[in-house]
Amino acid sequence: SSIPTKERTLLNKRVPVLGVFSLVQNTSLADGGPMPNSPSSLVNQYRLEEEEEQPGADAKDFFITVDNPESHVTAIETFIMYRVVTKTTRSEFDSSEYEVRRRYQDFLWLRGRLEESHPTLIVHPLPEKFVMKGMVERFNDGFIETRRKALHRFLNKISEHPVLSYSQHFKVFLTAQELTSHRKQGPGFLSRMGETVRAVANSVRGLRSRPEEFSVMQEYVDHFSTKICSVDKVTQRIIKEQREYLDELRQYGPTYTQWAELEEDLAEPLKGVADCVERCSQETEEQIQQLSEVLVPALHEYVLCAETLKAVMRRRDNIQAEFEAKNEALASRKADQDAEEVDGLAERVEVANTTLKEDWSRWQKAMRTDLRSALISTTEKNVDYYEKVSLAMVCSQ
Amino acid sequence: MMMADSGSSEEVAVIGNTDITSTESENNIINTMVERGTALLKKMEINVAEAEKRTGKNTVNMQETYTVYLIETRPVEAVPEGGTPAAPDMLWRRYSEFELLRTYLLVTYPFIVIPPLPEKRAEFVWHKLSADNLDPDFVERRRVGLENFLLRVASHPLLSNDKIFFLFLTEEKGWRDAVLETGFQDKVDSRLKSLSAMFRVKNPDKRFTALKQYSDELNAVISQLLRVRAKVADRLYGVYKVHGNYGRVFSEWSAIEKEMGDGLQSAGHHMDTYAASIDDILEEEEHYADQLKEYLFYTDAVRSVCKKHELLQYELEMVAQDLAYKKQQREELATGTVRVFSLKGMTSKLFGQESQEQRESRLAALEQSIQEGEETVKEKNAECQEFVRTAWKDIERFKEQKDQDLREALISYAIMQISMCKKGIQVWSNAKECFNKM
Repeated sequence: SSIPTKERTLLNKRVPVLGVFSLVQNTSLADGGPMPNSPSSLVNQYRLEEEEEQPGADAKDFFITVDNPESHVTAIETFIMYRVVTKTTRSEFDSSEYEVRRRYQDFLWLRGRLEESHPTLIVHPLPEKFVMKGMVERFNDGFIETRRKALHRFLNKISEHPVLSYSQHFKVFLTAQELTSHRKQGPGFLSRMGETVRAVANSVRGLRSRPEEFSVMQEYVDHFSTKICSVDKVTQRIIKEQREYLDELRQYGPTYTQWAELEEDLAEPLKGVADCVERCSQETEEQIQQLSEVLVPALHEYVLCAETLKAVMRRRDNIQAEFEAKNEALASRKADQDAEEVDGLAERVEVANTTLKEDWSRWQKAMRTDLRSALISTTEKNVDYYEKVSLAMVCSQ
Repeated sequence: MMMADSGSSEEVAVIGNTDITSTESENNIINTMVERGTALLKKMEINVAEAEKRTGKNTVNMQETYTVYLIETRPVEAVPEGGTPAAPDMLWRRYSEFELLRTYLLVTYPFIVIPPLPEKRAEFVWHKLSADNLDPDFVERRRVGLENFLLRVASHPLLSNDKIFFLFLTEEKGWRDAVLETGFQDKVDSRLKSLSAMFRVKNPDKRFTALKQYSDELNAVISQLLRVRAKVADRLYGVYKVHGNYGRVFSEWSAIEKEMGDGLQSAGHHMDTYAASIDDILEEEEHYADQLKEYLFYTDAVRSVCKKHELLQYELEMVAQDLAYKKQQREELATGTVRVFSLKGMTSKLFGQESQEQRESRLAALEQSIQEGEETVKEKNAECQEFVRTAWKDIERFKEQKDQDLREALISYAIMQISMCKKGIQVWSNAKECFNKM
């Protein structure tokens, strides 16, 4: 059998083999591995049924950190390099520990290759290239820290994905000392152009009929996108209001202290209130911090996810459209349409749909977990806030 | 009656319990006043029970709308078992009548720190609070303030015995004439003089100087406090209300979710509750602000007493100085030396000496004047001393009252905050439960 031992092991684990999804490209494996035997049989073997998930099988085999941002200055540009440290137990990796330096563009490259290889998988988004409003300098500390955290999350999300974590590009990203040589290989600019042209052509033609479940999915994605953006906006507004409240509190407390200085018997209770207000200020600051560092990033991530989902749906539509176009051409016996090509495209559609469906349920579960966790963290911080302020008030009098 | 004991804060700090009206903390101070038990309060219960709008013609014959307040008085008697308390006597008064009463008291008892009236116009408002005098919330708070004023006067050892005050409470029609008959308006000018005049006192009483300074500083600091508090209230209102948007968005979001739907929906409801809760919280706080305002206005009354003292002291110094000058003149006339320049002296030098008779008659007149002057100084001195004695006694009483009232106000403010925190803990714990179910 031409299936290498590694991939057989993967099949036994009921984890989809990369080879299956390379059918999308209809050439050799997008990630450079050899072709398996029968694609459809492998497709059938790919199931991620939740009831059969063994806790052990999902144990983390990657520990990745992104840290230590450092500024690099060249003649042409200034950029930040981040340190990426990987600890892994995976057998495909020669070593168990790697340390490399990567810049934002490298992450962009990785994500691009992953999306290219797996057009209907939901690849976690990267933080945005630059933030428009409120940013004076691209490289202020707050911005770098936010970006670093998001990049860290991105790599960890990829490492947890049952398909993407086996990507050759992912491995190269984590291990190669010099990424630039690798970045030059693989489907280049022209091939990407071709993809875009096909996409445009297909959208002009229009889709025959989208399967019901994907129409439902599309509708959900559209609504989800709006809602998650709203939640994000409301949260940012709360932060703004809290900041203004904090500014006033900082004037309020000292006034009680001023008054205490005029009094004798009243000095103590007045000072008590002053201390309390001070405590309130500190706790409000922490509240703002929690919102900014936990809830907002989580919400923002899913705002970007919503855009990713839209793109994934578009790509799925294009795959279907391409098949339909060629199929029609075959039926009307135009322009020497190759029947085998059409078969290949039909298979491609099926694979695309199946992978999307499975990744979709996986994504939904992750979304629920992530947002639940962030929201719970916020409620806990708020309860903590009121408990602390209440205690300070009791002590003050 | 609320005791300053955090153990009982559970029962006391109930928000949303409509049986305990918004005058919770006002009542504590009122109860203290009633307990101080003057003769008047021992025999009479006083309430400002209601407020009503009236329209009528004013002094320039134009239609105006104004508010009147119902004053109820009831004799304090042991109510027999199963019996009903006697019906109260009632009369209506408008704000301007309260002002008239207060002016009378200010003029008649210049050595007393006269309790202030609630503000004429709403000040230190935060954005949602109305600055309109006819707004029902403002009228309600003013009703409470007016009741407070009457009880303060009724619990004062001296003021409570005033006839005019008694008539104010009992005689709706005849009161105005009675107060005008006292002729107090003649003294109004003197009072205005004492407040506005700029005069230098040579030997100020240090206690009064210190008191005036304290009163000015207290006025400044409470004004500042009220200003900032209003801004804090405004901002806090904003924070709570924005959370209401979560309510709306979570609800809409829950419609598209399957497993997450219920959790989101109920969390949304809690966010709505949270956003709504700020209205009651801030209304409670207004009463705290009102208590501070009372003492802000009290500083004006204290200042007024100090200024009156200054005026008396100045007048005393003036008559004393006048007397000293006359004595000097007498001395000069008797010895023939001119040390003090006088026009008479000058003219007599220029135009010839006056006769012996003229001199003697002048001396006699001067002697007379000096005697009168000495009487005046004695009277003025006695007046001054009496003023200092009575004023300082009332000031001590006032200081004790102030410390006690403000201490209670701060405690009840703390209790309010604790109650607010309890509500917050509950809402966010509930929201957490909902998110857990997501």
